[in-house]
Amino acid sequence: MIKSKNLVETLREHAFVAGFQPAQIDRLAAMAHEVHFDRDQIIFREGDESSFFYLILSGKVALEVTALGKVLRVQTLREGEELGWSSVLGGSGGKHFQARALTAVRALAFDGARLREACEQDYAFGYTLMRRLLQVVASRLQAFRLQLLDMYSPEGPKSV
Amino acid sequence: MSAASETLPSVMVPVAMRLARVEKETHDTFTLTLESADGERPARFAPGQFSMLYVFGVGELPISISGNPEERDRLIYTVRSVGKATHALVTRAPGEAIGVRGPFGTSWPLADSRGRDIVIVAGGIGLAPLRPAIYHVLRHRGDYGRLLVLYGARSPQDLLFRKQLTAWNYVPDTQILITVDYGGLSWRGNVGVVTTLFRHIRLEPERTTALVCGPEIMMRYVVRELLVRGVSAEDIYLSMERNMKCAVGFCGHCQLGPYFVCKDGPVFPYSRLKAWMDRYEL
Repeated sequence: MIKSKNLVETLREHAFVAGFQPAQIDRLAAMAHEVHFDRDQIIFREGDESSFFYLILSGKVALEVTALGKVLRVQTLREGEELGWSSVLGGSGGKHFQARALTAVRALAFDGARLREACEQDYAFGYTLMRRLLQVVASRLQAFRLQLLDMYSPEGPKSV
Repeated sequence: MSAASETLPSVMVPVAMRLARVEKETHDTFTLTLESADGERPARFAPGQFSMLYVFGVGELPISISGNPEERDRLIYTVRSVGKATHALVTRAPGEAIGVRGPFGTSWPLADSRGRDIVIVAGGIGLAPLRPAIYHVLRHRGDYGRLLVLYGARSPQDLLFRKQLTAWNYVPDTQILITVDYGGLSWRGNVGVVTTLFRHIRLEPERTTALVCGPEIMMRYVVRELLVRGVSAEDIYLSMERNMKCAVGFCGHCQLGPYFVCKDGPVFPYSRLKAWMDRYEL
């Protein structure tokens, strides 16, 4: 388990906090705790009201969706990436995907409700966090749009 | 007699080569090995060039060479069966004759990239014209910096050259990252479009030459990622695909803005293409 001083250092090395002020990183670190998941462990299921947001420190996580009785992997996330961003927004109606650890995973976990509370108390912190989160969501959205085009289809990209 | 009319017959007449082997790569993609039918060595090619392959009685197709440029006694092509002519090509039996013209076109700038990191970004069948460049860099490993290969395919079943990709990952200073757009439960690798792999590599833009081949829309987004990371437009090279017919710039079928892809390409620096890539009417 990471000690609290080292936790700040660990967090500082994560790509998510690029652009955060040192005091904002300290504030974020105060809400973090380290978690571990075993290979093949389900981190959350589709529809879960899981309230945790994770910054992945090591390992690989698959986002999966069940369709027509089959499980389809739609994205993998690795060290340096974020998992469970909707927990920070709250009221999203449950998780849209299932998350499964493909390898042993080490991550920092943040309670979404506590993060929202901190954003309400300190708007500058809230702006930085939400801006960064929006960048994550925007890059995911762009990647999913490209995925939907089915670029490598023999018929060529689909119109979406 | 003009220079053009002196050279025209030789570039327009196919040489018959013997189909030595057809290997199935995926459910719709095959690698063909052609050997000389008369004992003459085939023309030397540079990585990135293509040939016109003639299936007698069916049609002629532009196909990139996917083999090792050091193997002088054969020509290797990787073909996706998507239409009548490509289907006819991949279903020929070993021993049959295939007409070959070429090699044609420009090549990857490997001589000018010595001492630099080589970043190869391939999508789908786009790995085929890049494989000769990979062979070259691996054979002359000391002449180059790091070799990074980012490869995206539709699904795990659509990945080309899987055994080679695995083996190349063990070569020093070489990193192979693979992703698929959709994976099933048995796939434990990356899932996501090829641009998502950029987050997992460390680029040194001032010493990077990027070689990119895949669907045009993929290449547009890959170029954006490279530019955002500081790689200059002059150091990004794309292999373009158009409807090549004559392969020597006479017929105009493959025109792209002011260029003929068969003659001025297929490999272009992005700095020459950027004005033309986003135009809807081209």
